[in-house]
Amino acid sequence: MASVVRFENVGLRYGMGPEVLKDVSFGIEPNSFQFLTGPSGAGKTTLMRLMFLSLKPTRGLITLFGRDVSSLDPDEVAVLRRRIGIVFQDFRLLDHLTTYENVALPLRVLGKEETSYRAEVTELLQWVGLGDRMDVLPPVLSGGEKQRAAIARALIGRPEFLLADEPTGNVDPTLARRLLRLFIELNKSGTSVLIATHDIALMDQFDARRLVIADGRLYVYD
Amino acid sequence: MSTTETERVEKAISGAPMGPAGKPARPSRAAAIVPRATVAGRALVAVVAIMTFLASLTIGTALAVRATAATWRADVKREVTIQIRAGEKAATDAQVQAAVDLAKGTAGIAGVHVLTPEETSRLLEPWLGAGLDLADLPVPRVIVLRLDGTGRADLPRLKRTLSDRIPTATLDDHRNWSERLALMAQGVTVTGIGLLALVALATILTVVFATRAAVATNRSVVEVLHFVGARDGFIAAQFQRHFLRIGAEGGLIGGLSACAIFLAVAFLPRSGLLPAGEDQTAFLGWLDPGPLGFAGIGLAVVTVALATALTSRVTVYRTLRTIQ
Repeated sequence: MASVVRFENVGLRYGMGPEVLKDVSFGIEPNSFQFLTGPSGAGKTTLMRLMFLSLKPTRGLITLFGRDVSSLDPDEVAVLRRRIGIVFQDFRLLDHLTTYENVALPLRVLGKEETSYRAEVTELLQWVGLGDRMDVLPPVLSGGEKQRAAIARALIGRPEFLLADEPTGNVDPTLARRLLRLFIELNKSGTSVLIATHDIALMDQFDARRLVIADGRLYVYD
Repeated sequence: MSTTETERVEKAISGAPMGPAGKPARPSRAAAIVPRATVAGRALVAVVAIMTFLASLTIGTALAVRATAATWRADVKREVTIQIRAGEKAATDAQVQAAVDLAKGTAGIAGVHVLTPEETSRLLEPWLGAGLDLADLPVPRVIVLRLDGTGRADLPRLKRTLSDRIPTATLDDHRNWSERLALMAQGVTVTGIGLLALVALATILTVVFATRAAVATNRSVVEVLHFVGARDGFIAAQFQRHFLRIGAEGGLIGGLSACAIFLAVAFLPRSGLLPAGEDQTAFLGWLDPGPLGFAGIGLAVVTVALATALTSRVTVYRTLRTIQ
């Protein structure tokens, strides 16, 4: 089976500045679980942006689900992104949509009728403990609730690959443990998971592959 | 997901089962993905309304002028006149009679009328004043020939015969007037098309800037839509829907306002607001766009709405390319 993501000698620089990522090579296999860690500003978010096609590398080769991303047109990018669930560090919930509508957004952009996904979204919101917050707008949600809404939105499309950027950064240790258990369960159900974090305590709770980024280079600890 | 999986994830989140998932009644109509308030709203409706109003006035006026000019031309071409230069009365009367006989013997002429001194006097009144005694002036005699409209009348031949037999007679087929009217109608039409092009350009540019501003304001929404897998077409459609509504609303306001102006002008003479009198009742009577003009205004409204939506769609596509 092809790798979910494969980087080969990938380098990235912004404009004429120095390279922020140098000769990065690694792969993420189907059904795998890994942490991406490193000091703040080391390039974790940049690496993740390359993985969900928000950035293009200055050099090197990136393949996503076996496709060379440099040859994709915008529609193909959209189709590939539907196979990825993304949890942003800052949640990126749309403030004018309710929790329910935010979570349903990935299905709505597919052109599905609301009646076809209503039960599914409601069920998922129950799972993440937001069953009674469905009709609330994000500005009145707590940090932890926003985090869970963002996770639910990433999961509703049943992604093959889940990217989570600091998913426990805004929650207390108890909720962080719960969220980690959620990601582990998702991985067991077949989703490849990559969690970017600098929370050593969180990583110590689960024995998984670690990708460590420092000084623009990536070190893999299987 | 299966029930077992549901229970597992549920337990992972809360540590305890949560019971059967409820399905609360939800409104079937989802909120707009692009917040309506952030799309340049009222100001753009006003701009589109003004542009449509100007375009509709231009269309209506140009078509009214064209129709009126066509009517005038038809009237002018339906009549020709013979003028007999003034001379000794008995001789002039004989020449008038000879000209009438010639005209009556010409095919295609439906009627012949010799203007009486009173009628001639009325014609000259704007220039020479009322109460004129034409007997003291060498005023030519005028014979009005009404054509039957079949085009059978051989006017060049009549002209030749008249000048051969009655040297003091001249035939005026009003060709100069007709050509001037045609030229004026063409000029108004060309000017109207030019004005329409300018109004269209201004409308498109306004919508382009408004769309760019709307996309820029909603950049975070666009980014999230991209990241959840929305195609550019889906995102463009969200903006296009708003701008179609704005275009339709502004277009209708502008188009209906222009129709109201034309209808008011048409009904003004009957309203009794104008002073009585033949000339006053004809006040702006020519400014009637007719069914074709009102249809043109309707078409302008539809075109403005569609052009607004299409322009926003193209602009969104172009803008999206810059924020992939």
